[in-house]
Amino acid sequence: MNYFKQDLASLHADLVAKKYSAKELTQATLDNIQATDPEINAFLHVNADEALAQAEKIDQAGIADDQPLAGIPMALKDNLVTKNIPTTAASKILANFKPVYDATVVEKLAHANMISVGKTNLDEFAMGSSTENSAFKTTKNAWDHTKVPGGSSGGSAAAVAAGMVPASLGSDTGGSIRQPAAFNGVVGMKPTYGRVSRWGLIAFASSLDQIGPMTRSVKDNAMMLSAIAGHDDHDLTSSDKAVPNFAADLNAATSVKGMRIGLPKEFLAEGVSDDVKNAILAAADTYRKLGATVDEVSLPHNQYGVAAYYIIASSEASSNLQRFDGIRYGFRADDVKNLEDVYVKSRSEGFGDEVKRRIMLGTFSLSAGFYDAYFVKAAKVRTVILNDFKAILKDHDFILGPVAPTTAFGIGAKISDPVTMYMNDILTIPVNLAGLPGLSLPAGFSNGLPIGMQLIGRPFDESTLYKAGYAFEQNTAFHQEIPTLGGQN
Amino acid sequence: MANRIDRDQVKHVAELAKLEFTNNQLDALTPQLDEIIGLFESLSEVDTSNVEATSNVTDQINVMREDVADNWGQSEALLKNAPEAQDGYIMVPTIIDESED
Repeated sequence: MNYFKQDLASLHADLVAKKYSAKELTQATLDNIQATDPEINAFLHVNADEALAQAEKIDQAGIADDQPLAGIPMALKDNLVTKNIPTTAASKILANFKPVYDATVVEKLAHANMISVGKTNLDEFAMGSSTENSAFKTTKNAWDHTKVPGGSSGGSAAAVAAGMVPASLGSDTGGSIRQPAAFNGVVGMKPTYGRVSRWGLIAFASSLDQIGPMTRSVKDNAMMLSAIAGHDDHDLTSSDKAVPNFAADLNAATSVKGMRIGLPKEFLAEGVSDDVKNAILAAADTYRKLGATVDEVSLPHNQYGVAAYYIIASSEASSNLQRFDGIRYGFRADDVKNLEDVYVKSRSEGFGDEVKRRIMLGTFSLSAGFYDAYFVKAAKVRTVILNDFKAILKDHDFILGPVAPTTAFGIGAKISDPVTMYMNDILTIPVNLAGLPGLSLPAGFSNGLPIGMQLIGRPFDESTLYKAGYAFEQNTAFHQEIPTLGGQN
Repeated sequence: MANRIDRDQVKHVAELAKLEFTNNQLDALTPQLDEIIGLFESLSEVDTSNVEATSNVTDQINVMREDVADNWGQSEALLKNAPEAQDGYIMVPTIIDESED
């Protein structure tokens, strides 16, 4: 079974035609993972027995034409809770945790009869840009095993890029779906804030977090988003707007003709390497040839996004992570004399360095005497950044730019320098602050490493991004490139 | 370099956050936090004098519902996740430190 040559629609057609059963497909996926993952390290947990049992049930019931995802395997980022299946958020503090319920997205995919084969690696609590902050293992880039897969959804991206699964879910707080998608040459969508329920996503920064799909093509991605989106009573920030069948509009007639695209000059400025810049300029040319207009626009406050983000996200994290206290679940330190000791020692031994750094930054930003100068100021700068986007999107259908300033960097290259690591997210963070949808898709290669481009749209207009992404994909071949694994394709 | 946060402040913030650091860890962490807070201070360049703060970007309005008690029937599964449990209760060490005073 080779996912590089098949999209979700063709897998579905094969399953309906009984070329193979869901169980055979699931077994092939598990075999793939067994062969490839010892080198890539994308998975923290593989639930073979549960997956095969679910596949058998699906085969017995039969796969109908109108169940486009039924019987197809996928993987979940390990910050999505799964009933009776270990969920760690890649933290020592949750090493032995087994949730008692499924996240809404997990429930929805199970309802669509998709088969979860395992949980993927991430930066601890999704805090990081390289997956190196995992307490358990270092995931490798599918294209170059000396490079990081990006983060925090590095495991979900590498699993798809290395052909272990055809699709996965990630989460994106400041770029954690889009940047690893770019580093691994796959498609990743950070939906509009509120498009997808966060119920069962282990909270990092609640006003920024969104769950989204990672796939090998735009159409596959669109199918996945339609399956996981929608209002949920368990998450009152989830929107009750109708969820379109995003994939239905992606066909031979899909066109960007007449669309207006904004290309912010700040997105091609200092810090963005020449290979990335050239790929984005070439993409702009492709869109012009397809009948769109591309204007230079400006996001004058883009450079302040990283600072505002690290105040807001860390403040929300310091509050959300108070629940890890060593009492009701998770790691409890040994050798404690009193209750205060349980809290302090369990947290200090259970959390990794980056998580502690963020809790410290957040606690500082919210503390007496600093709240107005830091937290409130950052929340106001967030409004300024949001207004910059609104001004462009008033008369542009979407914004085009790079996902990250460079291609994937080396394992170990940035991990000891937090500020350098944080600046890597300068092009993705503002989109979370503004709550907008952002699509990352392959736009070129440099020295054998994928380059990603980012399309940013109006709130709840993922549809335009998918159409524009699909049109680009139909006119380029980047998404068809596949990495060399174990000496062969 | 002007100190934006010093070692004593870091210790104070750690207390608020229920974290503790060794002396070596404090040596490494203090300049790191100082550099990041330096990055934060660049926000003072942005004029926000007539700008409202944004705390969330949802289009939903808060909805109240009745507070209804519900038995999930999962207390056993929940207690399995507790580090120590006995007779349907979560066990914790003594709240008052008996080693002091």
